[in-house]
Amino acid sequence: MKSDAAHEAPAKAGQVLSGWLSVAIAAGLFAGFWQALGPVGGGEVLRWSRDWVPSAGISLSFLIDGLSLTFALLITGIGALVMLYSTKYLAGHPHFARFFLYLTLFMASMLGLVLADNLITLFVFWELTSITSYLLIGFTHTSAASRRSALQALLVTGAGGLALLAGMILLGDAAGTYELSEIRLMGDAIREHGLYLPILILFLIGAFTKSAQIPFHFWLPNAMAAPTPVSAYLHSATMVKAGVYLMARIHPTLAETDVWLWTLTIAGASTAVFASFMALKQTDLKQVLAYTTLMALGTLTLFLAADVGYAITAAMTFLIVHSLYKAALFLIAGIIDHETGTREVSKLGGLARFMPVTTAAAALAALSMAGFPPFLGFIGKELKYAGALAVQSEPFLVASAVLLANALMLAVAGVVAFKPFWRGQSATPMTPHEAPWRMLAGPVILAALGALLGIMPDLIAVPLVEPGVKAISNAELQPAELKLWAGVNLPLILSGITIAGGVALYLVHERLRDWLQSAGERAPSFDKGWDSLIDQFKAGAAWQTRVLQSGVMRRYVYTIFATLLIAVGGTLVWTGAFGGIPTVPFADLQMKHWAVVALIIAGAAVTTVTNSRIAAITGLGAVGIGVALIFIIFGAPDVAITQLLVETLVVVLFAVAALRLPLMKPEDGFPNRKLDALIATTIGLIVTAILVTVTDGPIDRRLSDFFESASWTEAFGRNIVNVILVDFRALDTFGEIAVVAVAGVAAWALLKGGKEASK
Amino acid sequence: MEVVISVLVGALVAAAVYLMLSRDLLRFLLGLILISNAANLSIFVAGRLTTGAPPLIAEGQDFPADQVANALPQALVLTAIVIGFGLFAFTLVLTLKAYKRLGTLDTSEMRIAEPRDE
Amino acid sequence: MNSIILRAGARLLVAILLVFSVFMLLRGHNVPGGGFIGGLLGAVGFIVYAISCGTAEAREALRYPPENIALVGLGASLLSGLVSMVFGDDPFTGQWLFLGATEDDKGLPLSTVLIFDIGVYLVVMGAILALVFALEEEV
Repeated sequence: MKSDAAHEAPAKAGQVLSGWLSVAIAAGLFAGFWQALGPVGGGEVLRWSRDWVPSAGISLSFLIDGLSLTFALLITGIGALVMLYSTKYLAGHPHFARFFLYLTLFMASMLGLVLADNLITLFVFWELTSITSYLLIGFTHTSAASRRSALQALLVTGAGGLALLAGMILLGDAAGTYELSEIRLMGDAIREHGLYLPILILFLIGAFTKSAQIPFHFWLPNAMAAPTPVSAYLHSATMVKAGVYLMARIHPTLAETDVWLWTLTIAGASTAVFASFMALKQTDLKQVLAYTTLMALGTLTLFLAADVGYAITAAMTFLIVHSLYKAALFLIAGIIDHETGTREVSKLGGLARFMPVTTAAAALAALSMAGFPPFLGFIGKELKYAGALAVQSEPFLVASAVLLANALMLAVAGVVAFKPFWRGQSATPMTPHEAPWRMLAGPVILAALGALLGIMPDLIAVPLVEPGVKAISNAELQPAELKLWAGVNLPLILSGITIAGGVALYLVHERLRDWLQSAGERAPSFDKGWDSLIDQFKAGAAWQTRVLQSGVMRRYVYTIFATLLIAVGGTLVWTGAFGGIPTVPFADLQMKHWAVVALIIAGAAVTTVTNSRIAAITGLGAVGIGVALIFIIFGAPDVAITQLLVETLVVVLFAVAALRLPLMKPEDGFPNRKLDALIATTIGLIVTAILVTVTDGPIDRRLSDFFESASWTEAFGRNIVNVILVDFRALDTFGEIAVVAVAGVAAWALLKGGKEASK
Repeated sequence: MEVVISVLVGALVAAAVYLMLSRDLLRFLLGLILISNAANLSIFVAGRLTTGAPPLIAEGQDFPADQVANALPQALVLTAIVIGFGLFAFTLVLTLKAYKRLGTLDTSEMRIAEPRDE
Repeated sequence: MNSIILRAGARLLVAILLVFSVFMLLRGHNVPGGGFIGGLLGAVGFIVYAISCGTAEAREALRYPPENIALVGLGASLLSGLVSMVFGDDPFTGQWLFLGATEDDKGLPLSTVLIFDIGVYLVVMGAILALVFALEEEV
């Protein structure tokens, strides 16, 4: 797993610049959002809007409230630290600048997502995060595993995105607006609406795929193929929380129903417990962290299911706690990988001697993750228990799930941050040494924040958590207080049980891991299921391509005409539109009419049956002239002249080109093609039936009347046909001459280009 | 009169489809020309037929005389004829190129893009 | 086709056809004719010339490569359609200028519509000639 480690080579000035520029952008944005802390903490909501597609009710509107500000600060703050870290981690990488471009693009998209106040705007940024995530997971594009993981993530989140778009359109339709700040006030109306259930399902598919809830969780561990800073940033701290963000954002509109409550409870609880066990099963540090991220996402979903102040406060707090410690731990995993050459837990040990700063940061982050006092993680955990006990679904069940997950989390914290640094001797590929400051800054700052905020929780409670809870609950719920010591109560007792259970689990974790691994081999794998799904999809595509794209032109033509036969003929019969066999007005037919009809029929017949090219051209000429005569008889001199001229050109072209082509083969004649003749006759009859039906009905002459009356008075032309062509419908005509020009130039290029190539 | 032209169009389409179903590209081309003619005629007839009164406005008048032919389908057909010609000419060039490259006009032999044994 | 009579006749015929094609183009707004018909006629003229005197000579007589003529025509049509936007109308709205107009007589009408039709003329003639010349040189 050395694929994303640094390539040692001198960095170019431009590359270095790109790295520092990205850091500066992120830090600048962070400072900008920092300014909003005061107003938002004071209960203000900042909004900015501009029309985008006004006809469709789509605007570029953005909003800063507690929820979006929390996310924005996490995105820019962690973003700046991760970028700083990456300038060293990827130093000398041949695609260094590209990496920072992707990362900055991602940051911009993610910011757009959390700040958007319009459903469609939100969706656009939502998709952009999927795409940038795809680019970053597949950053090591020479590795097949990376490419597969990137594609898997893109397809899963992309499919979810499509569902989300459908849901958003339905919601916009039901609410009559796409503005989130208006929709959030319509919760009651939406919940009563007939489309509520489809909207909810589509939104949750979008959120669950993005935030990797069971059964869409499998892409997230695979996404660890990305360089470690990406895992820290996208697949732990920010992007995967977009689904959580969406559920929080739409909470006032869609929550407070049993469907919402139970769907989120079940999905969140099962994801959290499943992921905790899976985390214990892994030996690769990044995989361990990936599954703990899943657990965190499950927990957040679980708490967003509820509609009580404690649960929502727990979600908001845990969101911040998790982002801080998990980003730190991922970055530390990257340091270990970078400085020792391996991420295998079994090979690591006793690193504390070589990398004291890293060890300290890891310890701080892990203690927060494990939920020890006085870290912010402890407050988060207490709130989780309080929230779990307050939920309306099944407090006992939810609390048990949270307890189990937390205990497992404590054990995992030991595996990640205790064992590699303290226990045993390392047997690593490289001699371990301390990381440079740029890589240490991130983990140290983030881990220290976890401790600092634990001691002074008001720093985030007032400006972020409380406005956030208000935003999620539409200001209907009272946020819970964040404090380290809340007295001896049930949550504290549960915390004690957690710590005891967690330590016990850590002590037996190696045996547990062996057991889990052997059990895992027997269990069905979602990842393999994905592969077989994709394989079936490809096989289906190959099959339909073989059927439809046979490569034999005759079959294509058959398909086209058979479709015509069934679709149009079927419709005619089905609707009964055809008014029956019409009477031919023989009395009106004059000699010239008979002559023209005879000429055309004879010409067509000759063309059809002959094997001689000259006879065929003659037949065509007869048909063309006959058609021109029809145009003359029925008052269309312009069309008739055009037809005659084109007919001349057709004959000339045929004379030039077709006579160079081989003779037509007699065996292609009628006796071998009775079926073709039957199809052709039927289609001819259908066309006649359609035309008879059409001409039998009324005609709408509004357009023609307008052209007739306006041709001279407004467009100063006496030839109405020409006025239509060059004035009334000039844009159409322009399109048509463009086609003519393209056909001419393309044919010319085809002939001339071929010659060039053969020279 | 519309009925007669409708039947005529049907006959043209039948002949054209029969030719287009052939394996010989040259016959296909003949069919293409016929079906263009049929399509033009059908647009024309769908706008109804008026004998001998072209859609022109006489000198000194502001509007055409009472009963002139429908100008709209005429405008459509006029461009359709030219475009149909462009299509035919381009197809002819393609056919010529294909013959030079592949040495055959039998479409069942032209299997470079999708070989037979997939 | 190396016949002196045909070649001499062709020159005359081509000249007549070309003059006639321009005539058809210009009168098209009021009586049958117009850019499509004019363009086709012009193309037929040059094709007759190419058949009788050879493509090389026909190209020389045309002076400009036909594919360029087609694209210039397309550009002219597009520009004539965009002129109206300068005056605040929708694209492809005809703009008219009546030179020497009096109370009874509209004078000499000039319009973007005419330029549009000339563009059509050039496109149709240029595209067809590009194709036919190339085809004749090919076989």
